[in-house]
Amino acid sequence: MKRRSVFLNTSSLIGFLFLYLPMISLVIFSFNESKLVTVWGGWSLKWYVALFENEQIMQAAWLSLKIAFITSTLAVVLGTMAGYVLSRMGRFRGKMILSGWIAAPLVMPEVITGLSLLLLFVAMESMIGWPAGRGMGTIIIAHTTFCLAYVAVIVQSRLAMLDETLEEAAMDLGAKPSSLFFLVTLPLISPAIISGWLLSFTLSLDDLVIASFVSGPGNSTLPMVIFSKVRMGVTPEINALATLMIAVVTVGVIAAMYQMRRQSKLSAQFK
Amino acid sequence: MNMKALTLPASIMDTISRLTMRFNIFANVKWGRLSVISVPTLWLAVFFFIPFVVVFKISLAESAIAIPPYSSLFEWDAEEAFLAIKVSLANYVYLFEDTLYIEAYWSSIKIAAVSTFITLIVAFPIAYLIARSDPQKRTLLLALVVLPFWTSFLLRVYAWIGFLKKNGVINDVLMGLGIIDQPITMIQTDFAVYIGIVYTYLPFMILPLYTALEKMDITLLEAAEDLGAKPYQSFFLVTLPLAVPGIIAGCLLVFIPAVGEFVIPALLGASDTLMIGRVLWDEFFLNRDWPMASAVATVMLIILVLPIMLITNRTETKEGAK
Repeated sequence: MKRRSVFLNTSSLIGFLFLYLPMISLVIFSFNESKLVTVWGGWSLKWYVALFENEQIMQAAWLSLKIAFITSTLAVVLGTMAGYVLSRMGRFRGKMILSGWIAAPLVMPEVITGLSLLLLFVAMESMIGWPAGRGMGTIIIAHTTFCLAYVAVIVQSRLAMLDETLEEAAMDLGAKPSSLFFLVTLPLISPAIISGWLLSFTLSLDDLVIASFVSGPGNSTLPMVIFSKVRMGVTPEINALATLMIAVVTVGVIAAMYQMRRQSKLSAQFK
Repeated sequence: MNMKALTLPASIMDTISRLTMRFNIFANVKWGRLSVISVPTLWLAVFFFIPFVVVFKISLAESAIAIPPYSSLFEWDAEEAFLAIKVSLANYVYLFEDTLYIEAYWSSIKIAAVSTFITLIVAFPIAYLIARSDPQKRTLLLALVVLPFWTSFLLRVYAWIGFLKKNGVINDVLMGLGIIDQPITMIQTDFAVYIGIVYTYLPFMILPLYTALEKMDITLLEAAEDLGAKPYQSFFLVTLPLAVPGIIAGCLLVFIPAVGEFVIPALLGASDTLMIGRVLWDEFFLNRDWPMASAVATVMLIILVLPIMLITNRTETKEGAK
């Protein structure tokens, strides 16, 4: 038993080091004075200054943030509907198809999703004249489609965990379906909706492949700019950008953990 | 006459009541329910399902110098009042004749399969450790697994460039320690692609494994030990079979996207690392051959859909048997 836990701890430690060492080195070298990324030239914040002065990156970042914001909001509305339909509306024709369409985007290789959506947009434009040209709008539609699948899965699993008696009680007391949803179900699944929104935001902000297919000229998103820069080699500004992103996510995860711990303490008190 | 005067309104009443009954039946359909179901379904039908039909359609067209750059399948001849349907299988014939495509499919499947297996080996002890640790430590460890997933995938792949390159961190450390005196070429090799895939998809393997292992009844292991099973025996005979649902889910979540991976081979792989996602990308963006890219996508989809259907069918029949 003892030997096994030694084995477990060492292999897990190696696994975690594997996950974190590259990220840690990325963060350290973002503070490097030297332009040569692996030669240490002392601490400096100059790459952060360079990052914020880089017009191309800033413009792309602003576009990506706008797209991510609209995408995650749309995806939350549609995904919550889909998740609710699949777990609370009983049987209906086409349920199997809908659940298949929810599961498939989660694993579909991005090159296929990107190509197929682009061809759809082109075909639609020549048939009905919409969408006229490609750009922010088409990227939002494409991102919403795969993000809504993630939201639906999260909402569905939250609904599966929920005790249905609360909803039944509301129905017994005469709540209409709409007020049942907005006054009872929605508050109960709000944590799932919030994490679905955040996840959609992250996925949209990060997507390179699908956006490359469906964006038009002059609509480069942040990942597209990063990719073209990174292909040329390592650039310290990108390290600075990555560090900022890691910092935001770390703060977010710590906050979420703190919240979870507080909630479990609260529920322990009531027991 | 009177009778008739009475029956006529009565029959009208009857008809009207039947009609309203009809409307009542419509009321039972519940428009709210119908619209809640149809909005997401329609969205996915238009933006997820129909695109595949379009891809298939265009894979049967021919490449053309036009906007959009493909020939149309249907041509209406006004003089003869004749609809010509021009379907060309040339793209598929070319796909199977040119060894480049076959090799790319084969090497993508191979790279994806090997890296899925490595991911499983790396993920299993971590998932096991998390499932067996006490609740407080468990939250922390799970957060550590999930955190990289929330940071940019592209930037995490980029981190490995700085790690693996010729004057990168690994070579510097190894040379500093005097273990090697020549830098090892690691970037732009298949090895780097394996590392990249295992690294980025690790959370997708750990989480389903953890879910399966967490549900496991620990007393089963005690029973196996009491009955004289050695640790490795109880692992292979008890733990592993119980983790099978998690293993299947994790492997699907890693294997399927890995087959079509573009970013990792493009940034970490050699220029001759053949992966089908990259071939499709080049076909589309460099050669601008949309019909050929569509044919490549269609065949990839068929290759990927078959194993999913087999596995989901199997699990469904199992669940039905319960």
